[in-house]
Amino acid sequence: MEVNTNENILEQVTSSDYKYGFYTDIENDLAPKGLNEDIVRLISTKKEEPEWMLEFRLKAFRHWLTLKEPEWAHLHYPKINYQEIIYYAAPKKKKELASLDEVDPELLDTFNKLGISLEEQKMLSGVAVDAVIDSVSVKTTFQDTLAKHGIIFCSFSEAVREHPELVKKYMGTVVAYTDNYFAALNSAVFSDGSFCYIPEGVRCPLELSTYFRINAANTGQFERTLIVADKGSYVSYMEGCTAPQRDENQLHAAIVEITALDDAEVKYSTVQNWYPGDKEGKGGVYNFVTKRGLCKGKNSKISWTQVETGSAITWKYPSCVLMGENSVGEFYSVAVTNNFQQADTGTKMIHIGKNTRSTIISKGISAGKSNNSYRGLVRILPKATNARNFSQCDSLLLGDKCGAHTFPYIEAKNESSIIEHEATTSKISEDQLFYCNQRGIDTEKAIGLIVNGYAKEVLNKLPMEFAVEAQKLLAITLEGSVG
Amino acid sequence: MNTTQTEMTQTLDSLLIEQFEANEALLLSNDSPRIKDLRKKHFLEFKEKGFPDSSQEKWRFTEIESALDQSFTHNLTCENPNTNIEELFRCEVHNFKSEIISVLNGCYYSEKGALITNEDGVIYGSLNAAKKAFPELFDRFFGTIAHAENNSFVNLNTAMAQDGVFIHVPKGVEATKTLQIIKMIDKNENIFVQNRHLIILEAGSKLNLMHCDDSINHHSSLVNTVTEVFVAENAHFELYKLQNLNDASALVNSLFVQQHADSTVKTNTLTFNCGMIRNNIEVSLDGKGAHADVLGLYLMDKQQHVDNQIRILHNVAQCTSNELFKGILDDEASAVFNGYIHVKPDAQKTNAYQNNKNILLKPTATINTMPFLEIYADDVKCSHGATIGQLDQEAMFYLRSRGISLANARLLLMYAFAADVINAITIEGLKTRIDDMVKKRLRGELSVCEKCVLHCGSPEKEYNFEIDLSKL
Repeated sequence: MEVNTNENILEQVTSSDYKYGFYTDIENDLAPKGLNEDIVRLISTKKEEPEWMLEFRLKAFRHWLTLKEPEWAHLHYPKINYQEIIYYAAPKKKKELASLDEVDPELLDTFNKLGISLEEQKMLSGVAVDAVIDSVSVKTTFQDTLAKHGIIFCSFSEAVREHPELVKKYMGTVVAYTDNYFAALNSAVFSDGSFCYIPEGVRCPLELSTYFRINAANTGQFERTLIVADKGSYVSYMEGCTAPQRDENQLHAAIVEITALDDAEVKYSTVQNWYPGDKEGKGGVYNFVTKRGLCKGKNSKISWTQVETGSAITWKYPSCVLMGENSVGEFYSVAVTNNFQQADTGTKMIHIGKNTRSTIISKGISAGKSNNSYRGLVRILPKATNARNFSQCDSLLLGDKCGAHTFPYIEAKNESSIIEHEATTSKISEDQLFYCNQRGIDTEKAIGLIVNGYAKEVLNKLPMEFAVEAQKLLAITLEGSVG
Repeated sequence: MNTTQTEMTQTLDSLLIEQFEANEALLLSNDSPRIKDLRKKHFLEFKEKGFPDSSQEKWRFTEIESALDQSFTHNLTCENPNTNIEELFRCEVHNFKSEIISVLNGCYYSEKGALITNEDGVIYGSLNAAKKAFPELFDRFFGTIAHAENNSFVNLNTAMAQDGVFIHVPKGVEATKTLQIIKMIDKNENIFVQNRHLIILEAGSKLNLMHCDDSINHHSSLVNTVTEVFVAENAHFELYKLQNLNDASALVNSLFVQQHADSTVKTNTLTFNCGMIRNNIEVSLDGKGAHADVLGLYLMDKQQHVDNQIRILHNVAQCTSNELFKGILDDEASAVFNGYIHVKPDAQKTNAYQNNKNILLKPTATINTMPFLEIYADDVKCSHGATIGQLDQEAMFYLRSRGISLANARLLLMYAFAADVINAITIEGLKTRIDDMVKKRLRGELSVCEKCVLHCGSPEKEYNFEIDLSKL
C-alpha cells in the first residue's frame, strides 16, 4: 500500500460529517467528576446501552472497588485520584484556531518532522476542522468496502446496538473484568472503542486502523477494542495515537481483546505517541493498557507489534494465550523513553496447547532521566508438549542518568519444551558516532540512524505507513538526548 | 550451660518469640551496645513480620509454609553433646587436605578449643568465643551487611542465632590449608537450627573455604544459616558450598559478601540433595576492580525443591561479575532461579554476565527462572540468558549409534552439562571429589549420609563411563 492512501483516508475522515452520536447539548455533555455507580449508570444511559451491558459495567465496577492499584511495576508516579477524573465526555467543540499560525510552533515542528500533511496538521492541532475526536470513535470510510466481504468494523457502541450476539459472545472472554485493576476500571466506564469481526475464510483486503486522541483536558480515556477473527480469516489492524500537549496528567486505561479461531491470523500494530510530558517531567499521559489475544483455534496466530515512544507512564503487556494446537504468538516491540518518561512493558506468552510457538523481540531504548523496563512472562503448562519459545530483549542506553531493566519470568512445567531467553545491554559507542561524524552526518542524525538500525528487526514488522512514521518518531523522541 | 528447650505444641514463630522475650538478657549478655540494639531491632521486625509466605513476590514459588508447618524443638543455647564429637567428625580425607571445623546442631565443637590459631596465622573457631575474644573486630563487622529485606529469616537469625563459625584471616596472610565447615544435624526429633557465620579477610589475604551441610538421620530439620563475608582490598576468597541433606529437611541459607577494591570472590553452590533449599546470595561490589564469580549446580529429584536468589550489586565503577547456574531436574522436582544484577548510577565500565541453564528430564519437573537486570549506568556490558530444554536428541543419537547404552549416553550428556560448573573448581583434589559426587548423584547412588558424604567413609570407587573409545 502506498503512503498516500493513509493521507487520503485521513482527509476523508476529517472532511466527512460526523454521523454518529447523541450529543444534543454538545457544550455541556460532560459527566461530573468522580466515579460511583451513578456515573456508571449515566455512561450507560448516555450511550443508550441495553440492560445486559449496564449489568456488565456494574459488576465490573463493584469488583473494581475491591481491588488495589498494582504496585509491582518499576514505575514511580503520584497516586492517581480516581475521583478527580471525568469519566465521560462526548465530543464538544473546542476553541477553534483560525489558522496554523496560532498553533504551538513546537507542535508544528514535530508534525513537519513526522511528514504529516498540512490538512492533517490542521486536524491534529484543532484548526477549524469539524471532526474532533474524543471518547466516541471515528466513522471509518472503509465501511462500504468492508461490508462487501461481510466484515464488521464499527464503533463499540454501534456493535452493542447492531451485533449484540457477537459482543455478548466474545466481550470479556479474553480479558475478564476481574483480570486486573485497570481492566476492571475500563470494564466499568469504557467510553467507546472499535469492534471488528472477520467472517470465516475472509482475508481482510485493507489494513484496518483507528486513531485515538485525547482532546478534552481532564478527561479519562477508556476505550475498548474487540477483534474476532473467525476460522481461516486474516486481518491486519493498526492503532495509532497522538495526543496534543496537555499540562495535567491524563489517565488512559484501555482494553484490547483478540480472539483467533482455527487457522485465523491477526496482526495488531501500534504506534503509541501520547504526550510524554515536557522536559522537566511535567504532565504527560498515564497509559495503563491491558491487551491480550487468545489463539483459540488450531493453527491460529496472533502477532503484536508496538512502537512505544510516548506517555509519561507506560504499563502495557500485550499477551498471547496459545490455546489451540500449533498456534503461534509473536511480540515485537520498540520502547523509547526520554526525559522523565517511565515504561514498564513487555508481554506474556501462555502456552496451553500442543506444539505452540512464541517469539519475543523487545528493544528498549532509554535516554535522558528515563527508566525503561522489559517485563515478560513465558509460561509453559503441563499439556503444552513440544512448546517452543525464543525471547530476546535488548536495551540501549543513551546517557548516564537513565535506567534500563529486564524482568523476565520463565515458568516451565513441561519437559519437552524448549525455551531460550537472551538479553544484552549496551550503549552507542563513540566509534560508531565518530564514523558517522567523519562522513558528514551530524551526531543527532547519526543517533537516529543507529537507533533505527538497532530497532529494524521490529520496525520491519510494521505495515508500510506505520514504519515510515515510526522511524521518524524514534528520531524525534530522542532529540537532544545526547549532548 | 543453661539450656532452654520447649516442647513444640505451638507454631514455630510464637515459640521463638516467647523464647526471646523470656531470655532476652541471656541472649544479649555478651553484646556491645550497637549489637544489642541491632539484635533487638531485628527481633522486633521479626515479631511484626513473622515468617515469609508464598504470597510474597520473592517467595511465591517456594512454599516455605509447608516446611514450617510441623512441630520443632529449638535450643536457645548450646548444650554439651552427648556423642563423641571427635568420633563423629573424625574422618580420613581422601586426596584432599583440609582443616575441619565441626558444627553439630548449630553449635561449634572442637576438643582443640573454642578459638584456634593456625600456623599460617588464620584464626577460626566459635562465633560466641570470638565475640568475647575480639570485641572490637566483632563490633565493627557483625550485622553490617546482612539485611532482612524480603527475608525475615535474617531478622530471626540476627536476633537469636545460637552459635556459628568465626574466621579471621589477618592482613597479608594466605591460608595454606582449605578450611572446611561441616555442619551436621543429629537429633532424634525435629529440630530448628540457626547458624551465624562471620568471615573476615583482611587486605591482601587469601582463603579457601568449604561449607558442607549434611544430615545424619532422617528426622526433619529446618536450618536457618546467615553468613557474612568481608573481603578487603586485594583479598581473594573462594567458597564451596555443598548441600546434601535428607528429604525431610529444609535449609534457608543466606550469604552476604562485601568486596573491596581489586578483591576476587568465587562462590560455588552445589546442591545435591535436600527436601527444600532456599539460597539467598548477595554480593556487593564496593571497590573498583572487584570481581565476583557466582556459580551453582543443582541436581534435584523426587519432590525436592531448590530456590536460588542471587543478587549482584555493582555499586562502583569497573567491577566485573559472572553468574552461572545450571540445573538438572528429575521426577517431580522443582527449581527456582532469580538472578538479579543491579548496576548503580555511575557504576560505569561494569561487565556483568548472568546465565541459567536447565534440563528437565520428566514431564512433572518444573522450573521457574527469572533472570533480572536493573541498570542505571550507560557504559556497561551486561547480558543475561536463560534456557530450558532437554538432553540433545542429536547428541543422544550420535552416542547410541556408536554403541553406547541409553543409560550411559544419558549419564554422559548430563555429566557434560554439569561440567561447566565443576571445571570452575580450582582446588584439584576437591574437583576430583566433587566430580565423583556428581557422577554418583546422577546415577542415583549418592546417599544422604554415610556420615559426611564428602570427607568420610570409604573412598568412592572410581567411576568410568563404559565407552569403547575405538568406536568413536
